[in-house]
Amino acid sequence: MADREVVLKLSDVTMQFGGVVAVDNLNLEVHKNEIVGLIGPNGAGKTTAFNVITGVYEPTNGNVEINGDVVIENYPQGKMTDTYKGRNQGVYTEVKTMLPDAVTKLGVARTFQNIRLFKGMTVLENVLVAMHMNQKQSIFGAAFRSPLARKEEAAMREEALELLKKVDLYENKDDLSTSLPYGKQRHLEIARALATHPTILLLDEPAAGMNPQESDDLMKFIGRIRDEFDLSILMIEHHMQVIMGICEHIYVLNYGGQIADGTPEEIQANPAVIEAYLGGDE
Amino acid sequence: MNNNITLKKQTKTILSIAAIAAILVLVYLTDDMGGNPMLITVIEKGAVYALVAASMNLLNGFTGLFSLGQAGFMLIGAYSYAIFTIPKNSHAAVYQYFDGGAIQWSIVEILESKMGIFGHYLGMLIPMIFAGLFVALIAYLIGIPVLRLKSDYLAIATLGFAEILRAFFQWNTLGPITNASNVLRKYTVYNNAVFPVIIAGLCIAFIVLLINSTYGRAFRAIRDDEIAAEAMGVNLFKHKELAFVISSFFAGIGGALLAMFQTTINATPFATTMTYEILLMVVIGGIGSITGSVIAAFLFTACSEWWLRGLDSGTWLGITSPLFRAGFRKVVFAVIIMLIVLFAAQGIMGTKEFSWDGFINWFRNLPANLKAWPEKHKAKSEAKKNEKAAVKAAKIKAKEDKKNSEAKRASGEKLFTPLETFDHVVVFDKEGK
Repeated sequence: MADREVVLKLSDVTMQFGGVVAVDNLNLEVHKNEIVGLIGPNGAGKTTAFNVITGVYEPTNGNVEINGDVVIENYPQGKMTDTYKGRNQGVYTEVKTMLPDAVTKLGVARTFQNIRLFKGMTVLENVLVAMHMNQKQSIFGAAFRSPLARKEEAAMREEALELLKKVDLYENKDDLSTSLPYGKQRHLEIARALATHPTILLLDEPAAGMNPQESDDLMKFIGRIRDEFDLSILMIEHHMQVIMGICEHIYVLNYGGQIADGTPEEIQANPAVIEAYLGGDE
Repeated sequence: MNNNITLKKQTKTILSIAAIAAILVLVYLTDDMGGNPMLITVIEKGAVYALVAASMNLLNGFTGLFSLGQAGFMLIGAYSYAIFTIPKNSHAAVYQYFDGGAIQWSIVEILESKMGIFGHYLGMLIPMIFAGLFVALIAYLIGIPVLRLKSDYLAIATLGFAEILRAFFQWNTLGPITNASNVLRKYTVYNNAVFPVIIAGLCIAFIVLLINSTYGRAFRAIRDDEIAAEAMGVNLFKHKELAFVISSFFAGIGGALLAMFQTTINATPFATTMTYEILLMVVIGGIGSITGSVIAAFLFTACSEWWLRGLDSGTWLGITSPLFRAGFRKVVFAVIIMLIVLFAAQGIMGTKEFSWDGFINWFRNLPANLKAWPEKHKAKSEAKKNEKAAVKAAKIKAKEDKKNSEAKRASGEKLFTPLETFDHVVVFDKEGK
């Protein structure tokens, strides 16, 4: 594993909202083609970490590297200089921000904890939206159906249908996205993320609300898309069965802070993790 | 029972071309032969409002930006058109308080003298397109700060902006150009209702094509879920700005057409009321349906200009009543709108669009649906009756129970027996999982 290149790296990422430190000095690495798990009790800061990586929040301190380039960096400024509660103040001196769509263009796609499909659109259209950013046609070309626009539209549809076949949603292509059963909506969210041609996929609780059989299928599905689309995956999950089953490396958060990281076996044996999940004996 | 038919693409194209040609010829002839002046007014004004309503729907219904600046943009469009097309000889009369104004030429006249009748129409089209582009530029600049706001805040900001514009155009210092608070008149107008119908039709066609393109999908994605759209690589600001600028461009064209329809313009009527009228058309037609906006625009205009006019002047549908006096039309109108909002909140079309298949199948299924309607109605009323009867029975039972329990209490009997113990409990949550 160590010889594989690092595609996503978080260094000392701290996210402080007012006086609350939601993510405290998180250091995390995702290697190429690796499936990494991010676990922790509710409110540990997992989704906040995702939001920092995808540009939804600007971190208070620390930086994020994607494919070896620092794309997001920040340090405590203004009022935050005095109220900052985290560590490593002064290590980072640059400010680099990126909007979520720019992060997606760099090849980082995500899904959401509470499914966020485009409600008024069909399954196929949901996938097509994700391909919009790679189109070269201008808005006038698109409206006047220029040759380029026609060609791109045809190619886009073909690719989207191909993708839907791969995730078993081809029969539902013309259904309204919200009319799908819950499990299929999760699949569609992943398909939509894949349509952005990502190299890194962030999954936020993909197995939430699934029964053991469904989460077992999901596990296989995630493994399959990792190989098929040559992805590196970082996932948040509460189903231990899923996390322990497919993750090669696991990071554990509690109250924003990082309490452990290692292979599934190491995590299962880690006393700090057991204490965080089951409560220590006092 | 599914006897729906699907037409071939070729058939649809032929049908569309035939329909468009028929409409244009009919409109042209109606106006040329001096048809019902009310009908012509409805066609002209309806076409203008259809365009503006469609442009507002692009913004409010398809991109989810609740903007109320439409009247302001129409105002700029109307003025931009009128100022450049007032004939040279009329300047002294129009700008009588401003020494004939600052501009002493008319694009129409210049081009007409060089290219004849073709130049005349080109001279009308150029300032109209200029009006659209100028409005688009203003919208672009306003969009930079305003589009960072969300929902109600955006509405308030755009509304306020439109009001400021109105005052700005009436500013005395600008008099040599805008004629301040006096009307602009004598500018070139079209001479047949077919002109606004063609222009509005072309613009609406552009809007429809845009909505069905990849950009249209991006707009709808923003409407449905901004955060998800952004995560899928859709640049929010760029796309909101695009929708805002394009919508404003067409509002500007609409304003220019309205100026031509009215033959005189003044900033006063371009107030919030006008924006609300357009918003009403969008809502009545269906937020998210261009077809709906167009139908609603014509219905609205026909009602307010023609069909309900009698309500203001004493006699309506042959009924004469002292109630029918100035302003009563608005009362009836308000009631109609309330009924629509109460019983058809989705509007006339909802989010559906016109299609030949849907159109033909609607007529094919009409007899069957009409035949089935009495039974459906019967079943519905029966169900209602049953429900009422059940409620009545329940009420009677509740009364009896109360009586019984009171009697029991009076006789000193225990009212509750302890619950049995369960050895297995299943709890269902709301979703029934």
